[in-house]
Amino acid sequence: MRSNRWFTPWVLVIPALTWLLVFNLWPSINTVILSFTNAKPLGGGTFVGLKNFETLLHDEQLRWALLNSVIYMVVCLPFLTVLPLLLAVLVEKKLPGMTFFRTAFYTPVVASAVVVALIWQWILDDRGLVNGLAEKLGVISGPLPFLSDQWLLLLSAISLTIWKGLGYYMIIYLAALGNVGRELHEAAAVDGAGPLRRFLHVTIPGVRGTMILISILISVSALRVFSELFILSGGKGGPGGRDNSVVMLIQQYSQGFEGNLGYASALSIVLFFVTVVPMLVLARLNRRGAEA
Amino acid sequence: MSVVTDPARPAVAPEAPKPVRRKGSFGFNSVSPREKVARYVLLVFVLLITIGPFLWQLSTSLKGSGEDIYTRIPRLLPAQPTFDHYKAVTDTIPVWDYARNSLVVAFLVVGGNIVGASLAGFAISRLQFRGRKIVLGLFLATLVLPGEVTIISQYVTVREFGLANTLFGVALPGMIGALNVLLMYNAFRALPLEVDQAAIVDGANAWQRFVYIGLPSVRGTISVIAIFAFIGAWDDFLWPLIVLTDPDKYTLTVGLQYLSGTFSNNPRLIAAGTMIAFIPIVIVFATLQRFFFKGVEEGAVKG
Repeated sequence: MRSNRWFTPWVLVIPALTWLLVFNLWPSINTVILSFTNAKPLGGGTFVGLKNFETLLHDEQLRWALLNSVIYMVVCLPFLTVLPLLLAVLVEKKLPGMTFFRTAFYTPVVASAVVVALIWQWILDDRGLVNGLAEKLGVISGPLPFLSDQWLLLLSAISLTIWKGLGYYMIIYLAALGNVGRELHEAAAVDGAGPLRRFLHVTIPGVRGTMILISILISVSALRVFSELFILSGGKGGPGGRDNSVVMLIQQYSQGFEGNLGYASALSIVLFFVTVVPMLVLARLNRRGAEA
Repeated sequence: MSVVTDPARPAVAPEAPKPVRRKGSFGFNSVSPREKVARYVLLVFVLLITIGPFLWQLSTSLKGSGEDIYTRIPRLLPAQPTFDHYKAVTDTIPVWDYARNSLVVAFLVVGGNIVGASLAGFAISRLQFRGRKIVLGLFLATLVLPGEVTIISQYVTVREFGLANTLFGVALPGMIGALNVLLMYNAFRALPLEVDQAAIVDGANAWQRFVYIGLPSVRGTISVIAIFAFIGAWDDFLWPLIVLTDPDKYTLTVGLQYLSGTFSNNPRLIAAGTMIAFIPIVIVFATLQRFFFKGVEEGAVKG
């Protein structure tokens, strides 16, 4: 349909479009430009050619960060694809009190990552709840160094991410479960399929598209992890800086007189390519699955 | 930016058809008593896992200074309950200033997104203009770009505007999120075209159609956007950490990190601080959760 004046739509679109250009598109281009400079957090900087990218190749911390990211993603993927689906099936039935349970399960999502990481830091402390209970039960003789051992720290952060993500993906699955036709479930039940078989053969195929979308979301957010590792490691990135994530490195180079926004931008470009890979792989899987 | 990329935000899922709900067919939906018990046992188990840590933190924050918080037999209920640590936090760091700073940022982000996203969403979905498809494509394209990738150059932009180390600088980039524009676009699109045509016949201009026809029908989506913009801004950590250098201007999350770095030997104090940041957002969400879950069912979240 026609608007009375040609510029009316533009008047409405321009604020959002301005934001998009100034805070999304221009920064994307500028990230590439900055990565060839040695720009400082407080201003200034000159063109340095490919120096930042050469530094990248020899950056040991980056190597650890990339390894951590891959481990993060590989561990998070199965847990966060499956557990939230089971939760969604659990809260799907309309039983008394279900609204309360749904809201409660969603609480960790609503809380800031900083808040929940500080809570976990206290629970996983050498003298915290987990070590205390485990010692009481005689499972361990001394406290496990959840927050100071390189691998245990990573594992703690991963568990925190999984715990915090349960409710988030549960809600997405819940919306998708509404689309799985009840007729299919009824027909399967009439044919004598038990709950487990109905889950495997009706529910899972019904939410397949959502499952792939969720896998992409999990992978990308695992590669982007920041707050959990930052807080649990007290901002230090674990022993010898081996528990950094790529985003933590970007943050480190963004501040102070020692900061180097040019190098931080080069790291941002690495982050971009790292996050694009799982998106492409899973999108491809999706297409192949749809053809089969 | 912070708002668009925050993990605490449901994403746009591909499913198009509306849920098929048959009212009154209870036969299949009924649950046997045994299954009911099993379901509730599981529900309570998950409840303990999801809510337990928060209760433990609340309990720690209320335990008296003379009480042993490290005991091997954990006690959930404080033996000498006290609010002393809450007072101690406010004496140690200006926690109310931090809360006010967080609130200022959150309100700017919520306001900006409601106005900016609904205007643009309406124009792209209900008005014909040259370049409409390109504009829509631009908004879609930004979704593949994680916010952290551009965070450094975004900081450079904000610094160039002279807004480094200001609360406005924290709020500004997130004030119109591309994802929110797309959500509004989707919401407005659900409205039948005939309504618009009838309004045009009656002589309504674009602005009148926006205010009197468009807005009233997308209230669900607007509330979902408002809730998530608020939560996203209140919870955001990385971006304010980069922008703010002056401890006076910290938001709650950055201030909490500062507190935990400085007083890591006093778990009660940190627990009280985390509760001050946590309780308001829980109240906001608990009060508005019915809008949120309604929005999810209406498809505001699924896209």
